[in-house]
Formats: sequence, C-alpha cells, structure tokens
Amino acid sequence: MSKRAAAALVAGAMVAVLTACGSGGGGGSAGKGSGHKLVVGFSQVGAESGWRTANTKSIQESAKKAGIELKFSDAQQKQENQIKAIRSFIQQKVDVIAFSPVVESGWDTVLKEAKDAHIPVILTDRAVDSRDESLYVSFLGSDFVEEGKKAGDWLVKEYQGKPGDVNVVQLEGTTGSAPANDRKSGFADAVKGEPKFKVVASQTGDFTRAKGKEVMQAFLKSQPKIDVLYAHNDDMALGAIQAIEEAGKKPGADIRIVSVDGVKDAFTAMSQGKINYDVECNPLLGDQLMDLVKKVKAGESVPRRIKTEEGAFTPEQATAALPNRQY
Amino acid sequence: MSTATAASPVKAVTRSRLFWPAVVLAVLLVANLAFTPDFLAVRLQGGHLYGSLIDILHFGAPLILVSLGMTLVIATGGIDLSVGSTVAISGALACLHISESTDPGGLATVLTAVGIALGTALVLGAVNGLLVAKAGVQPIIATLILMVAGRGVAQLITDGQIITVTSDPYKLIGGGYWLTMPFAILLSALVVVATVLLTRSTALGLLLESVGGNPVASRLVGIRAMRLVALVYVFSALCAALAGLMVSSNVSAADGNNAGLWIELDAILAVVLGGTSLNGGRFSIGGTVLGALIIQTLSTTVYTIGIPPETTLVFKAFVVITVCLIQSPVFRAKLAARGARTRRTARPHAAAPTNREVGA
Repeated sequence: MSKRAAAALVAGAMVAVLTACGSGGGGGSAGKGSGHKLVVGFSQVGAESGWRTANTKSIQESAKKAGIELKFSDAQQKQENQIKAIRSFIQQKVDVIAFSPVVESGWDTVLKEAKDAHIPVILTDRAVDSRDESLYVSFLGSDFVEEGKKAGDWLVKEYQGKPGDVNVVQLEGTTGSAPANDRKSGFADAVKGEPKFKVVASQTGDFTRAKGKEVMQAFLKSQPKIDVLYAHNDDMALGAIQAIEEAGKKPGADIRIVSVDGVKDAFTAMSQGKINYDVECNPLLGDQLMDLVKKVKAGESVPRRIKTEEGAFTPEQATAALPNRQY
Repeated sequence: MSTATAASPVKAVTRSRLFWPAVVLAVLLVANLAFTPDFLAVRLQGGHLYGSLIDILHFGAPLILVSLGMTLVIATGGIDLSVGSTVAISGALACLHISESTDPGGLATVLTAVGIALGTALVLGAVNGLLVAKAGVQPIIATLILMVAGRGVAQLITDGQIITVTSDPYKLIGGGYWLTMPFAILLSALVVVATVLLTRSTALGLLLESVGGNPVASRLVGIRAMRLVALVYVFSALCAALAGLMVSSNVSAADGNNAGLWIELDAILAVVLGGTSLNGGRFSIGGTVLGALIIQTLSTTVYTIGIPPETTLVFKAFVVITVCLIQSPVFRAKLAARGARTRRTARPHAAAPTNREVGA
C-alpha cells in the first residue's frame, strides 16, 4: 500500500515537473502551440449500455480532434472507483476534471479536494445534489426531468379522450442515480393531472437488459392488467420486450411501450412496431465538452447548466433514422 | 430437544438437513400467495409452461449451476470467488464467436461457441486448481485473482460493449423451450442429477468430504487430495461457464460488465442456506438447490409484492438473517431454553448456558 502511494507521489511529482517545464517554455503566452497540452481527467460511469459506449467514444474522439490529452478512467458503476479516479487526477494535477457521477450524493469531500487543488470540475451527463454550488463550474448534459416529462406528455396525448383507467408499469434505472430519479419525477409530473393513469408497479431494472427482462416477467404475472410500460432506458425496454413476447402478448400493441435513450437496437425494435415512442438522450457530447474545457481553462465564464440537444422519435421517424444511427 | 420423543418420525423429518431450507422456501411461496392469489398457478402458454414457479426455476437455473460447483469446492474446505467472472467470460466468448461467424444461426457455429466457452473455463478452473492444490495458495486469494482480472478480461473480449446475437440454436440454451419446459431448467436438472449420482453412488463424495473434513488424515490413509482438490475447481469453472451461456443466451446478448456480477456471493449464500458448512467436510447438494431457489424466490417476491427499490436490500438481508438464525441449532436451543425459563420463572439458570457456549 505504502509502495503504491509512493509510486503515485513520484508520478504526481513528475507530472508537476513536466507541467512546470511546459508552462515555463510557453512563457506566459497562454500555452499556445507547442509545450503545454491541456490535460483532462475523465471518469466515466462504466460501459453498462450501448448509450454509454457511444458517449465514451464521442469524448475520446473529440479530445483527440481538439488536441487535448485525455486521461480516461472507467468506474464500473461504483462510486468508490470514481472517487479514487478523481483523487488520482488531483494527484496528477490535471488541468480540468470531468466526470459522470454514478449516483447523485456523496461527492462533497472529493470535490472539495479538487477545489482546494484549484482544478475546475465539469459534470457531464449526470448531476450531483451537492448544496455547495462552487464545487463544480458547469453541468453539461441532458435534462432528465424533461425526458421523463416528454414520455409522460406523449402518454397523455395518446390516451386523450379515451375513458377507462390506464395501468402503467415502470422499469426504473439504478436506484439513486440522477436519470432514474429525474425520469421518474418528470413522468409523474406529466401524468399527475389525469387520475386515470395509474403506476401499478415500479421496480429497478438497473438499466440492464437481463434485469429488465426478469422484472418484467414478474410484473406480467403479478399485475392482472398492464396497458403501458415506461422504461427508463432502452436496454431495459428491450429485455422487457422479450418477456412480453414470451407471455404471448404483442409488445407495442397489447402493451404500449415508451422508453428513453434512442439507441440503434431500440430503433430496430421500433421499426418492427415493438416500441411506440422513444425519447432521445443524446450521448454525443464530446465536442461540447472539449469546447467547455478550453473556455474554462482560458478563464472565460461559462453557463452553470448546458443542455444537450435532443428530441423524441415516433416509430416512423425511427425507421427513417435507423440507417444513419451511430450507436 | 426435550419435547419430542426419541423415535418419532416427525423428529426424523425435522432433523433432516433439508428440513429448514424447505420450510423457508415453502413460507416464502405461501407468503407470495397472499399478495398474488394465482402465484402458484402454472398454465400452458404458446406451447410452453408459464407461471411464476417456472420463472423462479428458469432464472434460478444459472444460480443452481454455479452453487453446485461451489458446493463441491466448499466441501473440500475451499471457496471459489472467480465464478462470476467465469460467467461473464464464457458468455462473452460464445457471443463474440457467434456474432463474428458468417452463419450465426448454424448449429455448428453454436456448438463451436459452446466448445470455446467450456474449453476456456477448463483452463481457468485448472489454473485455480493448480494454484490451490499445487502451489498451496489459500483458495480465497487464488480465486480472487481471477475474480478481479476475469471481469477485465470479459470487458476486453466484448470491448466494453454489449454484443447482441441473433441465433436460434444459441437462444435455446437459456431462453428456449424443450418438451414445454425451459431448456435451462432441464439442463441444470441434468447436471445436478449427474453430480448427485457421481458423488453419492461412487466413493467420490466420501473422498471429497474426508479431504475437506481432515486433509492430513485423508493424506495418511492414502487419498490423493491434490488431484481431487484441483478437480473440484475445474468442475466449478465448468458449471459457471454453463451458467454464463444460459445468462447470455437468455437475453441474446453478452454483457461483460454485468453478467454474473456478484453471483459468487449468491452462490456462497445458497450453499450456506442449504446447510453445508463453510469449514468443509459434509455437503448437501439437495440443500444447495433449495438454497438457490430461496434466493431466486426472494428476488421474485420483491418484484411481485412491490417492495420499493430503495428498501429491497434491507428486506433481503432481513430474510437471510432470519433464515440463518432459524437454521442454527444453537440459536434454536437458546430460544427453546428461554421459552422454558420464562415458563418457570422462579428458578434462574444463569451458569449452564454460558458453559455450553464456551464448549461450542
């Protein structure tokens, strides 16, 4: 343990020396051209879905294009791994730290350490619920509440003027994660006005296909009548589709499905009529992130909240967009 | 213990090691019945059996297989933490081969994929076995290596992506049906029966138990412990690989990050719930199967009775603690003693229980 710590210290010291050399060579010309290359430490949640992989690729490619050195770390869905990664970025004295927090809470201590080391932090894709707003400079990512709301709005419109109760089952994302919390509350807000929408069962499917299928199978047996499935991501919806088919029902017809993400596999399912509406959550935020990094490092003021551009797809639009879908 | 008469058949049943796990499983199933009246109903749907019980068996099949391997490893006094990673590697290898082949639906392709997965597991298990038996590395350390590294290997194979495959023969393994039953159930039942026959109708089971119970004595009577110990790790890896094929085949996709994640802990729990001691020695395959079914029933219960996701883990922990306490003879004896004491409050017996505790 102490050996590793020593090694990390040495590594940190070397980086410090290198940085010092670099900035010395630049001579106050804002590190233009040769010498100091911007270094960004990025801690990714993991590689739990096709969406996440596209997100990672976008960030890596954009960094290369922008001439920024990217130190990439995969947390495998564990907060402790992310905290470790951020601490190692601080030790290596990177210029900017960016990360997608795996859960919303518990970041204050490590973010404070980054702040004390004068390293600006950018949140991507997911937010933290810290009260101290000075701990990060900006949050770049989708508005999950808005995504949940879009899904709910579509449902309200679909069932407008149709009497009778609508039983909804919900597959939630990882318990405690921002997209799960926000997509749930956004959806609930949207359907709140109409008491005919009843969320009869809601369980976590951990954003994975296998869990989505397992939970949906249990729902199909315990709930006598299911009209609509609302899944917090496409992978869970794809798992649930298999469960619905095995139960002898038609996904998209017997049980209408609304999902979030817009990945290629889901578009394929939509073109077969198995998903009725898919709210987009755009993972390709690499270019925006690198712009932001440069601005932050140059000392420009940046907005606290930057939203990625995204829409929503009906089956027809999805079928049309399918051939060009990257992820 | 003082309540029942010595030769009563009731006592013979309650003293069976399978009694308490079976009671717990039955209680869980009956509790479900209160929330979902047709929980135990099984009907024919689209040419195959359909119902919650089938689901429990179906999703429990991979866990049963992994726990089966774990039982034999634990019987020799070892433990195998690497099974979760083996599950991920085997699924990843099979799906990779199928997705890269020109004929993903072909029987030959699928058989090759299965062969690659099982062959790799053979090697992984042999490495574990040699580390433990030949190099004398403690089992928890030896298998920890593969547990950590193996997950990375699986991610390397899948490139961090989820590999989706479309192959009907491959889908049969974990998601298909044969003679109206999910194929996965039949497959794991076959492996369980074969293992029971192999261990109980030959001397193999006895040898395993003696190696686990007292390695030195076993060596002195001439049992080749080294080969036996290495063998159980290979068996455990093969079981895990088969489970990995089921898991990935069930959703027609290999997920290097999440497939088989923490299944080693569930498997150890299943073995313990089934009444096999972690100290090695006597083992009970029937108990392990019951243990695995208890764990899967617990998951299904959480979904069907609608326990909020935030409290799921607490609920599971509570049930598991209760089960472990009920199974503990010491706890039951204390409970009985306490009941007896409250009935005759006048005479306090403070010294006797403490003595027994020291003895145990």
